[in-house]
Amino acid sequence: MTLKTPSDVAFARQAAARAMGAIGASAIKTTKFVTAVSEIARNAVIYGRGGVISFTQTGPSGRQSVIAVCTDRGPGIEDISAAIADGYSTGKSLGLGLGGAKRLVDRFEITSSSRQGTKVTLECGPR
Amino acid sequence: MLESANPVPMMTINGCVIVAIRDDLDDQEIVSLQDQLVEEVAKRAAHGVVIDISALEIVDTFAGRMLAAMAQMARVMNARTIIVGMRPAVAMTLVELGMTLDGVETALNADRAVNAIVSGRSNTP
Amino acid sequence: MPNEVTISSIIINDYERVLTEWLKVQSAEGVKRTDLVSGKESEQQSRDLLSAMAKAMPKEATDDNLDLAEPGWEPVRDALETIAENRTQRGVSTTEMGWFIGALKQPLFKILQGEIGEKPRILMREIWNVTRLIDQISLHAIETLVSKREAIIERQRAEMTEVAAPVVKIWDSIVTVPLIGTLDSFRAQTVMENLLDAIVQWEAEVAIIDITGVSTVDTMVAQHLLKTAAAVRLMGAECVICGISPKIAQTVVNLGVELPNIVTRVDLESGLAYAFERVGVIAGRG
Repeated sequence: MTLKTPSDVAFARQAAARAMGAIGASAIKTTKFVTAVSEIARNAVIYGRGGVISFTQTGPSGRQSVIAVCTDRGPGIEDISAAIADGYSTGKSLGLGLGGAKRLVDRFEITSSSRQGTKVTLECGPR
Repeated sequence: MLESANPVPMMTINGCVIVAIRDDLDDQEIVSLQDQLVEEVAKRAAHGVVIDISALEIVDTFAGRMLAAMAQMARVMNARTIIVGMRPAVAMTLVELGMTLDGVETALNADRAVNAIVSGRSNTP
Repeated sequence: MPNEVTISSIIINDYERVLTEWLKVQSAEGVKRTDLVSGKESEQQSRDLLSAMAKAMPKEATDDNLDLAEPGWEPVRDALETIAENRTQRGVSTTEMGWFIGALKQPLFKILQGEIGEKPRILMREIWNVTRLIDQISLHAIETLVSKREAIIERQRAEMTEVAAPVVKIWDSIVTVPLIGTLDSFRAQTVMENLLDAIVQWEAEVAIIDITGVSTVDTMVAQHLLKTAAAVRLMGAECVICGISPKIAQTVVNLGVELPNIVTRVDLESGLAYAFERVGVIAGRG
């Protein structure tokens, strides 16, 4: 799924909600995961010059989780730990997106380089 | 664009602008909603704004920031703004994000918000 | 290969003999657990599993292509499901479950030995096939048993947290939740969920959290209370925390914890009085 425009971010949210529905996730977990996906996808559109997001399901039945992997072609993040801290923003947002997304999911991984852009992995279980 | 050709329904009753946001607006649609809202407040010389977000399953930092901004803008235009109908899951997510929307007034539903605005009762302690 | 002796042909044709031998091994190995599962039940379960295998075998591969997930093995999976369900309720351990099925190997080996003992190559092949099949069935059985047990634990945990955080509507537009014991992250989350759902359900304007029964209030607990209060406010209601004993007041201040913008009261009574005032109820005393 490509991320280029704001409406792509909305599509990514819908896909995230569908994936969570498929593993029978609770309303709260679904909302948290979809919100995190929204933050990450928007970052890719605004700062990452567009990107790609994909959703997969893993794990044994009953304890499945959804994994979202988002990669962009942007300039990368220089200082990842600073970017995750609340209140940090190079744009004019509140700077709660990355750190907030991290708190909303069960697993959060981020790698970034100036050559390959930024890759964010989010994982969330059903409850 | 097609999306902006489909504005969010808005009505003004008794000097109170009532907006019910439908689910999943993209960022641009939220921005155009903001334009639409401030214009409506000015046109009707409204003294109150009620934004119903009960249909929203997701409020992320962008949407939260825009909601707070709308409330602030309406306030400087002398319209008291109340956000109503936030879902429990959305409230918990916003708190987790660190967005507590401190300056924004809230109410459980549109009915209570309109009553509060019309009667001039303060909802904050 | 119609007349060739294989595990399939043995189980299908020598059904009764295999069953008798299996039950014998079960008692000899002491895996019967007659205290938990009666001999009759064990026999019935063994019979069910064996006939399910006999039903599946003509259709499905028992050689290198063996795959218990194939549709033909469904009767076997169903039989295991039933057995696991029954044994979970009795408290049978995974080892005992493994032995119960593993005990099927010996009689099959014995029969194979008797039938094709003079053809070592075929015998080896069939012994290998039996081993793989029985191991797979036994693993599947153990996995089923474990997941059944986990489901029970999950249900009990849900029931416990439900009991530990009962949200009550005490007046029109007022809900309360008494907190007791320790408040870890998981419970704090449950309390928040229950409280917010109750606010929607009863259209509450004030939510009272009574922490009289909370053993310790540290920065963690204070953090949870702050989050809950913030979420309650976002939903359009107001949060009152009561049960702040002198001891809690002291620790809270000494820890440097602040509870900004939250209404706090000493006990439930004064918390309720505040709530009445907010929703416009006039209460008299005595």
